[in-house]
Amino acid sequence: MRGAAELSFAEEVDVARLRHVRPRHYGRIVAVIIILAFAAFVIRAFAIGRIDWSTTREFLTWPSILMGLVNTLWMSVACMAIGIVIGVLCAVARGSPNPVLRVVAIGYAWFFRGTPVILQLLIWFNLGLVFPYLGIPGLFTVRTVNVITPAIATLLGLGLNEGAYASEIMRSGMLSVDHGQYEASKAIGMSYLQSLRRIILPQAMRVVVPPLGNEFIALIKTTSLASIIGFSDVLRNAQDIYYGNAKVIELLMVAAFWYLVVVSILSVGQAVLERRFGRGFASAARR
Amino acid sequence: MTSHLVSAVKVGKRFGAVQALEDVTLDVEAGEVVCIIGPSGSGKTTFLRCINQLERIDSGALWLNGELTGYRRVGDALHPLSEKEIARQRRATGMVFQRFNLFPHMTALENVTEGPIQVLKQKPAEAKEAAVALLERVGLVNKASAYPTELSGGQQQRIAIARSLAMRPTLMLFDEPTSALDPELVGEVLTVMRALARSGMTMVVVTHELGFARDVSDRVVFMDEGRVVECESPDTLMSKPREARTRDFLRSILQKA
Repeated sequence: MRGAAELSFAEEVDVARLRHVRPRHYGRIVAVIIILAFAAFVIRAFAIGRIDWSTTREFLTWPSILMGLVNTLWMSVACMAIGIVIGVLCAVARGSPNPVLRVVAIGYAWFFRGTPVILQLLIWFNLGLVFPYLGIPGLFTVRTVNVITPAIATLLGLGLNEGAYASEIMRSGMLSVDHGQYEASKAIGMSYLQSLRRIILPQAMRVVVPPLGNEFIALIKTTSLASIIGFSDVLRNAQDIYYGNAKVIELLMVAAFWYLVVVSILSVGQAVLERRFGRGFASAARR
Repeated sequence: MTSHLVSAVKVGKRFGAVQALEDVTLDVEAGEVVCIIGPSGSGKTTFLRCINQLERIDSGALWLNGELTGYRRVGDALHPLSEKEIARQRRATGMVFQRFNLFPHMTALENVTEGPIQVLKQKPAEAKEAAVALLERVGLVNKASAYPTELSGGQQQRIAIARSLAMRPTLMLFDEPTSALDPELVGEVLTVMRALARSGMTMVVVTHELGFARDVSDRVVFMDEGRVVECESPDTLMSKPREARTRDFLRSILQKA
């Protein structure tokens, strides 16, 4: 009966000319008002708060801040590079038929993911306590403290730690590639290494870039931990300045600014990489 | 061993508790087209994969172009070859897969030139020229710059055939090349395969397309439970099968059609 009643208006009006009213999202309007009010409150608080923004502006391009920024950047890039190389090696080892390699890869990830990175940094920095001298006995030896500078300790600590995380990411990327791809590359006579380099890894990259970008962003900020073993990154150098002039928040804002700039640039780079490795996957869907 | 292009003698393959192949003996002459039919799980795909060493055989021996594959004989023992040697032997065969397995991150043309450039170390310009000729042969030269996702199943399979041919194999293996295709796309792939057969290519085809097997093949092999049940000319096998199992299988397929 009801269906018949609803259909009946088709006889009274020209259905084709009925206007379709768009749904109203009252919840969104309320949310926008609340968020804007809160943002205004925060901005006003910082504007009238006791921050001397001119000091922040002054120290933004201070030589030691820029030097710290450069240190933060090269350290992040170097650690990430080490991490990715180790990550690929471990991911391949995990998939190897050789049980020894598998166990080594699993053990590596277990150790470096199982302890805090700050502790690993301290261990590397204090390596001289365990091994006073490094080298091959009879050929050459050097004093450990001369080799393990803060920068080297940071490189080893963060790089090896990153490798453990990157190995799991690379592994998931390689698992995401269909087994038929290995077989097709074998069938055209490729060796395992050729197939990895030309067929498997390029496809794994598509899956791997978003989490690796995440790792890289985390790593840039983790380099600030290395300040405890004396590595002069941007935060450490900002601290050194405010120990002298007591402009604490102003200099923390300087460091915050540079971290945000670097991470923003990286996000753009990540989008470019994603497009590059998404070739042949997204192109058809987007059209 | 002999002048056969492929010579399998008492080939056996076991997956855990399952004996996938048992005493498979089969010769293929140069220029011959052999179709292998049989119920699923009969070992026909496994046998094909053994010919190009995607699977390692556990017993018996297999010769390709007169060369023992996968092993080196030392007295009474067969020692496995290195991966590199196996990769070299594998180059003599082209393989077309049920699910195409094109490289999705490469265009159709790049799929075809990948092997010649990377494996045969051809110059890119030379490989590209040959690839364009092959794409022409499978009727897809206008799709050279398309990515696999932009192609239909039938087109992808034709590109896959071109990719295999680019390695100039002496033997082409087809593993149910039309089973994953929509019915209306089967014809275009079979047309390409027919032309290839006419050109004198030696082919071993695992298929359920009895019409194709009857038209194109010189011999049809019926396999069941890992064994070759019978191997005859297509007319003999299909109209006067010797074995009851062959008759049952043919009847079940024809009923579906």
